[in-house]
Amino acid sequence: MTRILAIVFPHLMTDWILRRQPELKDVPFVLAIAERGRRVVKAVNSIAQTKGVYTEMVVADCKAIVPELQVLDYDAAQPQKLLTALAEWCIRYAPIVSIDLPNGLLLDSSGCTHLWGGEEMYLKTIQERFQKIGYSTQLAISDTIGCSWGVCRFGKISSIVPSGKQAHALSSLPPTALRLEEVIVERLQKLGLQSIQQFSSMPRTALRRRFGAGLLTRLDQAMGNELEFLLPVKPISPYEERLPSMEPILTATGIELALKQVLETLCQRLSQENKGLRVCAFICHRLDGTSQTIEVGTNRPSRNPKHLFNLFEIKIQEIEPDLGIELFVLQAPVVEELQNTQDALWAVNNANEAAIAELLDRIAGKTGTAAIHRYLPTEHYWPERSIQSTTSLTEKKTSDWRTDLPRPLHMLAKPEPIEVSVPIPDYPPLLFNYKGVLHTVKKADGPERIEQEWWTDKSEYRDYYCLEDEHGGRYWVFRLGDYFTGDPKWFIHGFFA
Amino acid sequence: MKRAADKKVIEELQRQILKLQGNQPLADQTQSLGLGPVEQAFPGKVFPRAAVHELISNSTESASCTNGFLSVVLSALLQQTGSCLWISTRRTLFPPALKTFGIEPDRILFVDVPTVKKALWVMEEALKCKALTAVVGEFTALRFDESRRLQLAVEQSKVTGFVHRFQPKIENTVACTSRWKITSLVSTLPDDLPGVGFPRWNIDLLKVRNGKPASWQVQWSPQHGLTYIDASTSVVPEIYTRSTA
Repeated sequence: MTRILAIVFPHLMTDWILRRQPELKDVPFVLAIAERGRRVVKAVNSIAQTKGVYTEMVVADCKAIVPELQVLDYDAAQPQKLLTALAEWCIRYAPIVSIDLPNGLLLDSSGCTHLWGGEEMYLKTIQERFQKIGYSTQLAISDTIGCSWGVCRFGKISSIVPSGKQAHALSSLPPTALRLEEVIVERLQKLGLQSIQQFSSMPRTALRRRFGAGLLTRLDQAMGNELEFLLPVKPISPYEERLPSMEPILTATGIELALKQVLETLCQRLSQENKGLRVCAFICHRLDGTSQTIEVGTNRPSRNPKHLFNLFEIKIQEIEPDLGIELFVLQAPVVEELQNTQDALWAVNNANEAAIAELLDRIAGKTGTAAIHRYLPTEHYWPERSIQSTTSLTEKKTSDWRTDLPRPLHMLAKPEPIEVSVPIPDYPPLLFNYKGVLHTVKKADGPERIEQEWWTDKSEYRDYYCLEDEHGGRYWVFRLGDYFTGDPKWFIHGFFA
Repeated sequence: MKRAADKKVIEELQRQILKLQGNQPLADQTQSLGLGPVEQAFPGKVFPRAAVHELISNSTESASCTNGFLSVVLSALLQQTGSCLWISTRRTLFPPALKTFGIEPDRILFVDVPTVKKALWVMEEALKCKALTAVVGEFTALRFDESRRLQLAVEQSKVTGFVHRFQPKIENTVACTSRWKITSLVSTLPDDLPGVGFPRWNIDLLKVRNGKPASWQVQWSPQHGLTYIDASTSVVPEIYTRSTA
């Protein structure tokens, strides 16, 4: 059975101010914000409230009522921050806590209250703790979010609503207690419906027609006929996995099995959150109360259980189980975002590949992932596009490396222009000048025409020639375009062995 | 008879000296790498594997020839299963061309680093990794102490290291087992056919520990591997001819 605890702080912001400025304790003060050319009160402390100052009043009017009133600035973003902090603090009372703007918290206290000795003690404890730190609170506990919300704000009867008695608890409350829109509340009041019981038993069709589906939804939620969920504020829980063992573990094999299991769960969680760990500690709690820790670090965020296990494997020998280990804890104190998935790089087949993967891990840590390349052939004639870089160590090539056409062993990243003298079009050059050195061409092969791929780029084709000069230097040069349409340019693109 | 016995004693002594000098032959090192004439210069006529070789090139043309020769040696070393790391500060190597020298380009991992310092760090780490067969480093500067670190790494791991220095400021002494210089030779086709023939190189082995420095003119072809050039057909430019030391 779900039990929802609603906490409302009637003076949330002023209590917060009082905590920081205790000298304001006996002074009526308000928090105001500039709105449409005047200052409007947004929060009132209890002293000012008893003197007749309410929220949404203009500061000038309030000053007329209470001349000694102090006015402080109101920060619109503060309530959310404050409530989030309070909600995180409240996790000690229930695992699921959600904030309820502007001034409340909702706790899913199902199965928690008996730890404090029943619901009454539970409410008392919470209220007292808040009182101690300076926050006045109103609490209500019931089966539904809607009912608790209404009862803690508008309730006059006991704040503990027994299970299934929502209708009774809400019956005498005003319609506002149902978290309704302003328009609906006004319309209800206009029709003289001052309490929930006056309309809760009316035919649903009539209610829907007059007030819209919103009223019915809120009514159902409060009565428990419709499900409603809390949106928990969860502080980032530490990356930790625990594995208690039924019997004390004494052997290395047992420790390995435990380590594998906790690594698997932790890595699963990391991969869901797209993170990788940098530092990982494996703590073995022994029967005699002491613990043994082994720690590994990776050069880049990793979430591959195999790789991490390999790192741990060497250190397992250092663990002394003594009487036996009863609890294994795996912690990842340092966790980082993983840029791109590189799982495949660590998919190891044999010991050699594992060693190379580890070496690459170290190198990548020093130089960055971008420094490591492995190339696979692609089916393109255009030389620059004939290879593609892959990050995987094991990816297989889909086509064979070609050897039928001559390709230079050294290729310039960008072809460099050369000056040539050519006898007639489509013949290799007689001479060429590259970086101020004149090369006389003695032997030549070609041309090999490589057309630009029209679907990727629309530039001119290249006619490649293999040239050899008088000293035996072998070059790969090309002519961009032809002599019929213009003055083509010549480039050197590579050097043969 | 006595001469034969003497020879045996001398060979035994030579082997012991080699062992003392840390030049221990590997168990599987007895077989030839198929490098033809080049292997003759090394102690025991075996190409030293657990060693760092230094190759120097002074022009872009000879750099590609040097890498060509390096690829021939690498393909012999890698066989079918080995893997190789190619570290470079300014790489111009075009991977698909390695296939013509018998290397699957996808078996080579390239590490491109901006500085010599980083390249040396990677090279030393890689040379310590026993899973690799060979490591190639392309950078200009190499100090004596740095080269000694590399040498110490390979003595432990038995990985073959190659340092290809392109246009070094000085050709300083380093602790490498050998120093090579490879330059291009004019190629020829049979019967004076037009076109560019198979690559021909002038290989200078300038220094080799416990071996005989030498110079060869060789041609490389996918069918026959490295072969001596028949002196009558080769046109060797005068600037490259060197007498055998």
